[in-house]
Amino acid sequence: MDKRIADLAEAVAGIPDNATVMIGGFGGSGAPIELIHALIDRYLATGSPKNLTVINNNAGNGHVGIAAMIEQGMVAKMVCSFPRSADPRVFTEKYLAGEIALELVPQGTLAERIRAGGAGIPAFYTPTGFGTDLAKGKPVAEFDGRSYVQERWLRADFALIKAEIGDHLGNLTYRMAARNFAPLMATAATRTIAQVSQVVEPGGIDPEAVVTPGIFVDAVVSVPHPAQEEDLNRAKVTHPEVAA
Amino acid sequence: MTTRLSNAQIAWRAAQDIADGAYVNLGIGFPEMVARFQPEGRQAVFHTENGILGFGEAPQPGEEDWDLINAGKKAVTIKPGTAFFHHADSFAMVRGGHLDVAILGAYQVAQNGDLANWSTGPKGVPAVGGAMDLVHGAKRVAVLTDHTTKDGKPKLVQQCTLPLTGVGCVTRIYTSLAVVDVEDGRFVLREKLAAVSLDELQSLTGAPLHIDGSVADLTVPEV
Repeated sequence: MDKRIADLAEAVAGIPDNATVMIGGFGGSGAPIELIHALIDRYLATGSPKNLTVINNNAGNGHVGIAAMIEQGMVAKMVCSFPRSADPRVFTEKYLAGEIALELVPQGTLAERIRAGGAGIPAFYTPTGFGTDLAKGKPVAEFDGRSYVQERWLRADFALIKAEIGDHLGNLTYRMAARNFAPLMATAATRTIAQVSQVVEPGGIDPEAVVTPGIFVDAVVSVPHPAQEEDLNRAKVTHPEVAA
Repeated sequence: MTTRLSNAQIAWRAAQDIADGAYVNLGIGFPEMVARFQPEGRQAVFHTENGILGFGEAPQPGEEDWDLINAGKKAVTIKPGTAFFHHADSFAMVRGGHLDVAILGAYQVAQNGDLANWSTGPKGVPAVGGAMDLVHGAKRVAVLTDHTTKDGKPKLVQQCTLPLTGVGCVTRIYTSLAVVDVEDGRFVLREKLAAVSLDELQSLTGAPLHIDGSVADLTVPEV
């Protein structure tokens, strides 16, 4: 078994129109910028994939990464907890113009919905959101005298994540707080594609140090020096180079 | 108008109630200041929703590592004992009752402990982040706030008029004039600035302030 894929374009080639795509990252930390940009390049060359539903904590910052996907018009809907950032103009303008849908989910509920999706749990109860606008229309129940909101799992066709070290079998480690949603998303997508800073032979990761076991990962693509969204934004980079 | 505590002074007062070794989540912005005022000899362990426990102070400019940020997307540092974890573990710490205290800002707090701090209404792009999770599960949920809005309206109210973050969740409120507990569906005044009279304080508060025993002077150094 060897899950390595030679290049980024090949890694994202199978993502079709109308797909639901989980994208790792909290703000810029953990954002798989190179995979996202490969997907944008494919869209610019072929017109596909479009009409995507994207699941991420945020809704992009500046004109790179998820913001650039939204700017190009590839995204029909965002599922996120905090669609604001230092430079949220791209999402804000599309949202206020009615050109993109938003499902707003409390951050911990977003994480748990993804975890549940990956674990085969179709719904669960959480105290989060009880009695608030974000629980409207959802079933509630009382357990041991306290009220809880029923939330449903989240699953996706694809997950695009960034990890630090990956072996040929898809075992992954992460770098500091870049881990955030990635281990959850890896479990909840039909096909999980990981960009990694370093590819090693099986045995190159101490089994005690594996965070995401390879069973959750379908493809590993090497990106030795990944860009940081924050650095790109500080340098006023856009993708593609001249924003549409 | 009576002199009020600055935000830093409110944060100082809140910091005095944090025990050594407490696990603490500080909300983005004003509540983050609490970390600066830990009393000598006490060390809290700070949690950030994006997956770090026991992080250190901000790095020097130019030394940021953007994989090492807090929930406000600001760069932090690691120190001996720091731990990283994924988002489901992070919110298990929050909802599962493992945090000793969560400290948040507020637009309004009601006398039954309802909190409104995420939305000022239907305009613009809604964003909630972890606020609705943080108000459930921590053993204490404390609010830091000016006692009134900029135009003088009470922020401590009978019933919130803004969209709720959580129902009956707040346990203590540190304001620019007083320290108020939420107990049995009512505000109980614990401390107030000596310079503000009870009548004046009540006139700036949107629901009755109850007194249970005595009210201490709220004394805070210049910070």
